[in-house]
Amino acid sequence: MMSERIGSYVHVPFCSAVCPYCDFAVVSGRDDQLGRYRDAVVNEISRDDPWESLESVYIGGGTPSRMPPEMLGTIVSALGDQHGLGEGAEISLEANPEDFDAATADGLLASGFNRISFGAQSFDNKILLQLGRRHEADQIGRSVATARASGFENISIDLIYGTPGETDQSWSSTLDRAIATDPDHVSCYALTVEPGTPLGREVKAGAPAPDPDVQADRFEAADRRLSEAGLKRYEVSNWSRPGYECVYNSTVWAQGEYAAYGNSAHRFRDRTRSRNLSRLDQYLGAIEEGESAIAGSDSRLEGAEFEIDRLFVGLRRTIGVPTGPGGRSLLDSFDGQRLLAAGVIVEVDGWLRIDRPLMTDEVLRSVLALDLAGLDDDDAGT
Amino acid sequence: MADRLLQRTGAVADRDMKEQILDSMDLERERGITIKAQTVRLDYRGNDGQDYILNLIDTPGHVDFSYEVSRSLAACEGALLLTDAAQGVQAQTLANAYMAIDAGLEVIPAINKIDLPAADPERVAEEMVNIIGGDPDAVVRLSAKTGEGVDELLEELVRLVPPPAGDLSAPLRALIFDSYYDAYRGVVCHVKVVDGSLSAGQKIRFMATGENHEATEIGVLTPGAKALKTLGVGEVGYLITGIKEIDRVRVGDTVTDASVRAVEPLPGYDEPKPMVYSGLFPTDGADFEKLREALEKLRLNDASLVYEPETSRALGFGFRCGFLGLLHMEIVRERLEREYDLDLVATAPSVAYQVTKTDGSVVEIKSPQDLPEPTDRQSISEPYVRAMILTPTEYVGPIMELVTNRRGEVGNMNYLSSERVELDYKIPLGEVVFDFFDLLKSKTKGYASLDYEPAGYRVANLVKVDILLNGQAVDAFSAVVHRDKAEDYGKTMTGRLRKLIPRQLFDVPIQAAIGGKIISRETVKATRKDVTAKCYGGDISRKKKLLQRQKEGKKRMKMVGSVEVPQEAFVAALRVDDE
Repeated sequence: MMSERIGSYVHVPFCSAVCPYCDFAVVSGRDDQLGRYRDAVVNEISRDDPWESLESVYIGGGTPSRMPPEMLGTIVSALGDQHGLGEGAEISLEANPEDFDAATADGLLASGFNRISFGAQSFDNKILLQLGRRHEADQIGRSVATARASGFENISIDLIYGTPGETDQSWSSTLDRAIATDPDHVSCYALTVEPGTPLGREVKAGAPAPDPDVQADRFEAADRRLSEAGLKRYEVSNWSRPGYECVYNSTVWAQGEYAAYGNSAHRFRDRTRSRNLSRLDQYLGAIEEGESAIAGSDSRLEGAEFEIDRLFVGLRRTIGVPTGPGGRSLLDSFDGQRLLAAGVIVEVDGWLRIDRPLMTDEVLRSVLALDLAGLDDDDAGT
Repeated sequence: MADRLLQRTGAVADRDMKEQILDSMDLERERGITIKAQTVRLDYRGNDGQDYILNLIDTPGHVDFSYEVSRSLAACEGALLLTDAAQGVQAQTLANAYMAIDAGLEVIPAINKIDLPAADPERVAEEMVNIIGGDPDAVVRLSAKTGEGVDELLEELVRLVPPPAGDLSAPLRALIFDSYYDAYRGVVCHVKVVDGSLSAGQKIRFMATGENHEATEIGVLTPGAKALKTLGVGEVGYLITGIKEIDRVRVGDTVTDASVRAVEPLPGYDEPKPMVYSGLFPTDGADFEKLREALEKLRLNDASLVYEPETSRALGFGFRCGFLGLLHMEIVRERLEREYDLDLVATAPSVAYQVTKTDGSVVEIKSPQDLPEPTDRQSISEPYVRAMILTPTEYVGPIMELVTNRRGEVGNMNYLSSERVELDYKIPLGEVVFDFFDLLKSKTKGYASLDYEPAGYRVANLVKVDILLNGQAVDAFSAVVHRDKAEDYGKTMTGRLRKLIPRQLFDVPIQAAIGGKIISRETVKATRKDVTAKCYGGDISRKKKLLQRQKEGKKRMKMVGSVEVPQEAFVAALRVDDE
């Protein structure tokens, strides 16, 4: 099912400091490069083949709010000039509560932004410290209120659960206080230990790792409390008020296409996934030399691969995917039968969905193992 | 050591030397052990100026292969008893020494590895003469590594080992002491000519089987095969008759002339009797025929391997195999997997029980799943072994405790020296086969050694404990245990399986039961969380690759009913651990 929607991602790698669990392409202490980076991104956008008008723009990071609103506005304008922005397109920015004030909020609104996603992570100062965050719990509520007061009508909060040392009570209180800010959208992520990060090294050296069973409890608590507050889960880690699902991410999960700019940014165009140079300096160098910033590209998804990809990205959504040939093949397979019997997957009215979202990877491994040989493009997604 | 003798006598040129020439199997070289006895002929000129022909048979040392030792001894006049200068006398040294003495051989004691820093040849010599008698100073000290003492050893061999005492004019009698299958030449027999002579082209008769054949080729191994016209009295060599089926040649049989027949055959051997049984099943049921063919081929060179088809509800079609011991079992399994590219599940080893049924008939049970129902049986007898344990005296206490725990019966103590003692116990074989040796080693810091021999059957209060996974009995996990130990056994097994069986999509109850009575229960809780927290536009390619790798790297599992069980669980469940 090809989405009509097209989105665009822009990566902004700058942070005031790097969080110990983060494995994204980020830099700290490089704010002197902000202007140069903006120019490079605008340059990259202007060189891209025009896409159809964009239904969403998502500026993520890093901490994109490190970049002054006017600079961000230049990037949004460049996107509009090159591809066009659809009527009511979602223009979203990731921001940290540590440096968000009324002037910033006004500037962002003036630059065209209509959605803010705050990296709140926790309302427990002890956990915030442990996660290496630079803000305090009280700043989150103030930032959300500031954004709301300036006129933002679509505000999201990111939370992290299952940090070693976190208690049921701490998480419960974080949920209470998050709900009290009256967000339109909440993302809750299980703390994940990524190899190569400071956290990964600590755990390897014997520090306590997150306990998956505890994280399962926390997820269930989150799902219960958020739904009581009118926020409905629409993806493994995302909840929203009806109509406030993130348009950009929904495009990704619906196998829609998306442009991408900035270092390490990933795009999906003409059924092909490709990614930019990961390191900031390499990216800047390539763009400034007039060269391509693309570091690598997967092969074009044809037939069976495209169908498997459809299930792979789509099954993370609560609604699931139209069953299609891939779904039917899964349901007929040995793995699929087991997953059905265990209540992990279910098919209702031609849609295949996952009913135990915490077991999603087990389903996706089975999806990747499907043998859809002989399937050609005409059959896919029907 | 054999390598050094080959080199010293010029059988192998220095430039052709490689490690363990006589151990031709990869496994033997890797593990540094000898599994199959090997034979080689050496020419030696003594200090007295005389030329000697020495026929060397290199034998395994491990208890599992004592059968190989016993039949090699029957083809010899003398035995070189080698002991490690650092480790000293081991239980198998004792067992092999007694075997050689019983066979009436001249035993020449020698101490090897005197170059080791921990070598203590004086103490070891003392221990050796306590077993075989003699003068500790007369024990040859040598180092196969440096070559020191090898010349003295060769001189001792020609001085002490009596020349063969056969009758050249009597009808041919040659003992078949080994055989193997060669893809090009068929069955190759290793023979020792006791009386008369064996010539190429001679019409011969196998006395036990009564078959007549032609000796198409005879020769000696030097160590390469070298064809000869005739083998005379006392000579050891090979015999090829064109027979293609290994079962038609019986090791221990006597070869005589087809027309001028000997009256009495030479004393033969008993068939090797398996001590341990285990089920071998292909992980992929489709490989059953491949497994059958592999076993057939393996048996061509390993007559001690026995097998018969077995069906398991849990594991499908496979074979119940009999082995000489645990090392033998491990080696067979490894060879099957390695040389025949098979992926196997091995079930926990078991011994053979004799069951007297209510109608008075006696049946032999090699697999717990075949045990008749309690209402159909009068009694169960289990095999016992006489276990000889050699240990430093300070460990006698812990060993006695271990043996008593294993329902063993404490017997004689025999001091080899003030620090080393030989313990002589009777223990049920079923209590020895699995982890006894590991426990013995761990309780004695590795110093104790063990050898054992069959010692009859005794009636015991035995029951079958079944293990149920998700409510379904898994025959491959059933075990016969003593009634007094059944509860403990059930508890241990369910506890270990809980750790060995990974969490699944649903809760998996694990129960132990005697008949219909559940004696213990554990649960493997369902996996609750198996999900990537974030999967956005930038993560898809990477996550796909990661999950793909996870799928491929997933441990080898066997579906047992609806439960995924790792292959190693079938044996590991019974292994000692650090608890």
